[in-house]
Amino acid sequence: MSRDTALVSAEWAEKNIDAPGVVFVEVDEDTSAYDTGHIAGAIKLDWRTDLQDQVRRDFVNKNQFEALLSERGVGNDDVVVLYGGNNNWFAAYAYWYFKLYGHRDVKLLDGGRKKWELDARPLVTGAVTRPRTEYVAQEPDNTIRAFRDEVVDAIGTKNLVDVRSPDEFAGRLLAPAHLPQEQAQRAGHIPTAISVPWSKAANEDGTFKSDDELRRIYAAAGLDDGKETIAYCRIGERSSHSWFVLQELLGHPNVKNYDGSWTEYGSLVGVPVALGDEPGEA
Amino acid sequence: MTAPTAAGCAAPDQAAPLPASLDLEKETVITGVVRSEAGEVVPGAYVRLLDSTGEFTAEVVTSPAGQFRFFAAPGNWTLRALSRHGNGDTSVAAARGINEVAVTVA
Repeated sequence: MSRDTALVSAEWAEKNIDAPGVVFVEVDEDTSAYDTGHIAGAIKLDWRTDLQDQVRRDFVNKNQFEALLSERGVGNDDVVVLYGGNNNWFAAYAYWYFKLYGHRDVKLLDGGRKKWELDARPLVTGAVTRPRTEYVAQEPDNTIRAFRDEVVDAIGTKNLVDVRSPDEFAGRLLAPAHLPQEQAQRAGHIPTAISVPWSKAANEDGTFKSDDELRRIYAAAGLDDGKETIAYCRIGERSSHSWFVLQELLGHPNVKNYDGSWTEYGSLVGVPVALGDEPGEA
Repeated sequence: MTAPTAAGCAAPDQAAPLPASLDLEKETVITGVVRSEAGEVVPGAYVRLLDSTGEFTAEVVTSPAGQFRFFAAPGNWTLRALSRHGNGDTSVAAARGINEVAVTVA
């Protein structure tokens, strides 16, 4: 994977809005953004209702994913171009999700909604319907998904990358600062995790920094290229953004996203937690 | 409904009143309005909260009335707004409770 295959620019997207076989998909947690205006022809996926099981805390399963994409009119051979708000956090999460279920050609729109809006590119309102498909998903590829036990085992052995803000890493905040701070879980980070906030990888307009800049950022933070890597945040969407940078843009092998992230780890009984700005000891 | 622990990271409606359950003895709310140089409110501006080292902490989009809101911690913060009308910065020394801040873009 590389920037050429995983990422498209706003210019490319605007030229390909009507291209056959290209499906734009807006992914937000709050779909009111889509309803006030979206890229022409784009369908929407709701992170909360479409991509999460509504009872257990987990993904939708293979059958549910197939039903969702069939109903929305996405085919196995379509080029799926994902974009969204929050600097593409949820679009990156959906990208990871499409990869997990084996979609062949999926891309992220560089800069997402923000770049598109700041460029004053056209947005339209109105419902978009596509003809139904018979989507077939692959078995989930768990080589890119980390679960809690392997995260605990990774302490002191693998690269653990905490992509939350420095204050969340240190335990001074429990959630991103646009959300109220009351939470059930303990504050802090997984011992030995390095702090590389997701935002280091993005420019102010939401586009990704250059590959050279990205390599320098992770090298300076102490990422060991010889080791496997697990990225985490609070609920797994900001870490999807960093997973995308490491695996899809920079081509690191063996990168996993821990979607349980701090809301799971910080609630586990008996696991070690580190406080403060340093990674801490294993 | 989704389980509370899986509640997401998207910014809530910036024009909504503060939730009744919010404890202002504990929360440090940084809120205000983005305006243009001419004093007009700027809806749809991207406002980011930067910590005392300049690192990104959060970002929201302003409401139709130009409002934004963050839940931070006491300390020094910078607000940076990006919009089609231009950009602007303001710093704030926040204390517990509600901190009102104005941001002008040009």
